[in-house]
Amino acid sequence: MKTDILIVGVGGQGTLLASRILGKFAFLKGLDVKLSEVHGMSQRGGSVVTHVKMADKVNSPIVARGEADVILSFEKLEAARYLDFLKEGGIVVTNVQEILPMPVITGAKEYPSDCLENIKKAGIKVVEKDALSLAEKAGSSKAVNVVMLGALTKYLGLDKAAMLEALKATVPAKFLEMNLKAFEYGYTE
Amino acid sequence: MKLMLGNEAIARGAYEAGVKVVSAYPGTPSTEVTENIARYDEVYAEWAPNEKVAFEVAIGASYAGVRSMVCMKHVGVNVAADPMFTAAYTGVNGGLVILAADDPGMHSSQNEQDTRFYARSAHIPMLEPSDSMEAKEFTKLAFELSEKYDTPVFVRTTTRLAHSQSYVEECDRTEIAVKPYQKDITKYTMMPSSAIGRHVKVEERENQLKVDVETMSINREELNDLSLGIVCSGVVYQYVKDALPDASIFKIGSVYPIPIESIRAFSKKVKRLVVVEELEPFFENQLKANGIQCEGKNLFSKLGELSVYEIKSKLIGEKTESLKADLPLRPPVMCAGCPHRGVFYVLKKLGLTVSADIGCYTLGAVAPLSAVDTVVCMGASIGIAHGFKKALGEEAAKKVVSVIGDSTFIHSGITGLINAVYNGSNLTLIILDNSTTGMTGHQNHPATGLTLKGTPSPILDLVELCKVVGSKSVTVVDAYDMPAVEKAVKSAIDEEGVSVVIAKRPCALLSKKYPPALSIDGCKKCGACLKIGCPAIEKQKDGSARINSSLCVGCGLCVGLCKFNAIKGGEK
Repeated sequence: MKTDILIVGVGGQGTLLASRILGKFAFLKGLDVKLSEVHGMSQRGGSVVTHVKMADKVNSPIVARGEADVILSFEKLEAARYLDFLKEGGIVVTNVQEILPMPVITGAKEYPSDCLENIKKAGIKVVEKDALSLAEKAGSSKAVNVVMLGALTKYLGLDKAAMLEALKATVPAKFLEMNLKAFEYGYTE
Repeated sequence: MKLMLGNEAIARGAYEAGVKVVSAYPGTPSTEVTENIARYDEVYAEWAPNEKVAFEVAIGASYAGVRSMVCMKHVGVNVAADPMFTAAYTGVNGGLVILAADDPGMHSSQNEQDTRFYARSAHIPMLEPSDSMEAKEFTKLAFELSEKYDTPVFVRTTTRLAHSQSYVEECDRTEIAVKPYQKDITKYTMMPSSAIGRHVKVEERENQLKVDVETMSINREELNDLSLGIVCSGVVYQYVKDALPDASIFKIGSVYPIPIESIRAFSKKVKRLVVVEELEPFFENQLKANGIQCEGKNLFSKLGELSVYEIKSKLIGEKTESLKADLPLRPPVMCAGCPHRGVFYVLKKLGLTVSADIGCYTLGAVAPLSAVDTVVCMGASIGIAHGFKKALGEEAAKKVVSVIGDSTFIHSGITGLINAVYNGSNLTLIILDNSTTGMTGHQNHPATGLTLKGTPSPILDLVELCKVVGSKSVTVVDAYDMPAVEKAVKSAIDEEGVSVVIAKRPCALLSKKYPPALSIDGCKKCGACLKIGCPAIEKQKDGSARINSSLCVGCGLCVGLCKFNAIKGGEK
């Protein structure tokens, strides 16, 4: 089994925590795994991308262009930005939330609200989640990442019990209950 | 087995190797090495004000007889270069390792210099690991080589190694006995008479190393299909393994000196030899100088990072169609509630030429604030503004100001300020004091009152410091109070001599509790509030402004910008 996952979003949305849970998941499943993160300048509200690769043996820690099995996107526009990484037959699992980038905020550019439609027109399977609402329902708007992890687990058919164990081992105890709810909403709704 | 960041694995390697003293200045992508080492009780670890001081601390600890390490990003090596070049002459007592992190692609840097040239030019051996496990092992080896060959040793990383996680097998720490320090001015006092002798030793040691690297297991040949042979090192080795699974590979672990005879032997076994390396043709030029025919930068760019895709497309011609549409960019921005924002708004309003510096506030250059004119390196803002002033007439010079953060000011701004006072500048210096080292993730510094280990320390008083070096006036203002900032900057510009304005307010991300979010009621669509470039204020399709309550931290900066008093709530 080889799974290349590209987690994309906006700095501050918790792509790092999501990748660390996936890292733990791979460990529990006895797989080789590499994660690659972004620190520093790119975290300040910019576009961020985190790479997760699991297989029997992983070499490059970076998902190659055209080889991602799935793009897990925490923001709508970011799903479209990294489409080059998706392999043929790969899927996009995305939050439908729109976070306006500075060129849109200032009115220099328009937000491409139809960007998911264009991806679908290209014949790519897109799973859409209103992760922000589901996270708020679970108790915190910060849990968008865990909602999306629930959705990923379902649509990739990953071992749910192992993913929950990885989640428990990674998030702080006082936020566990809320995160478990968020995961469940992402998985079922 | 444990998943570890490359940086965490280097810290672990140093720990296992018995390191006793570590000094560093934060810098992406090297910061987490020092942060992780600080967690071990057996190791003394500190933030120094800059890389030069950090390097000197490590030298001192090494002379005193313990294993020591100094950590920095690539541009930090420039700052530390002075002690470094001469430490190569004195050699070590306890092992001394230099962690230097390059940033190809400039994820968080102002240039993409190639640190490997420092190794060659200072005659300091350099190792480069390709994953976290090697990062740990190579660090341990670096300490051994340092003591065996009596030299500091570099461990070089790049961003993708530093910030990637892979499995690491942990071992126990080996406690190393302190080697007694013995006075020896021919070794530790570098003046012409002794340095002449040490230069001979440097050459001898390097010649010996050039022979010994040929048999080191960190340099290895992986023979496969012999029609294509690749020479590579570091994380690029991993890219090559994925891109060209059938190719033969020569993996270089000692990037300086390289095992040139082993590579020559490898070159004879393969039909086509290609050097795949990021940034400069460092290996390629050495191969060619030694008469080994190869390809390299004729295929690959010197700019940015390499990738599996790039290697595939250049060597086997595999390409895919780009699906990219024309999408709005999402550049990094100052956070909502950032105390730097209002200051840049004022500087732009006053039409000043702003000589800025390295930190989050470099983002003051980005639209819509667009307030920054120049940024070069840590601490440069003050010297550059002084140079501007000396080049221009009195009136034109008034338009130029320096902007620097608290940590950067301490790093290397202080000497620029002393120069401006000494040489009679009418300099206006604005220190953005957010009480932390922001961009690298909130590290303490001499003015925060806490050390790396979290113990209390005397607080460096920036106001008194600026006064005592001879500044004519030092004014402290609340960075959120834009009218006060404007008044202070205007009066500083009109003053003779050096005037300092300290705009003080802790980094918004350090705050645990925020005032409630603001809201807009009765927007007249004038767009005035959008000019401050806050990510929480959004322009809607009808032209009106809306505050995104999930981002707004209620700083209130925007309230005064609305002539119609439409922005309500939050802190006054």
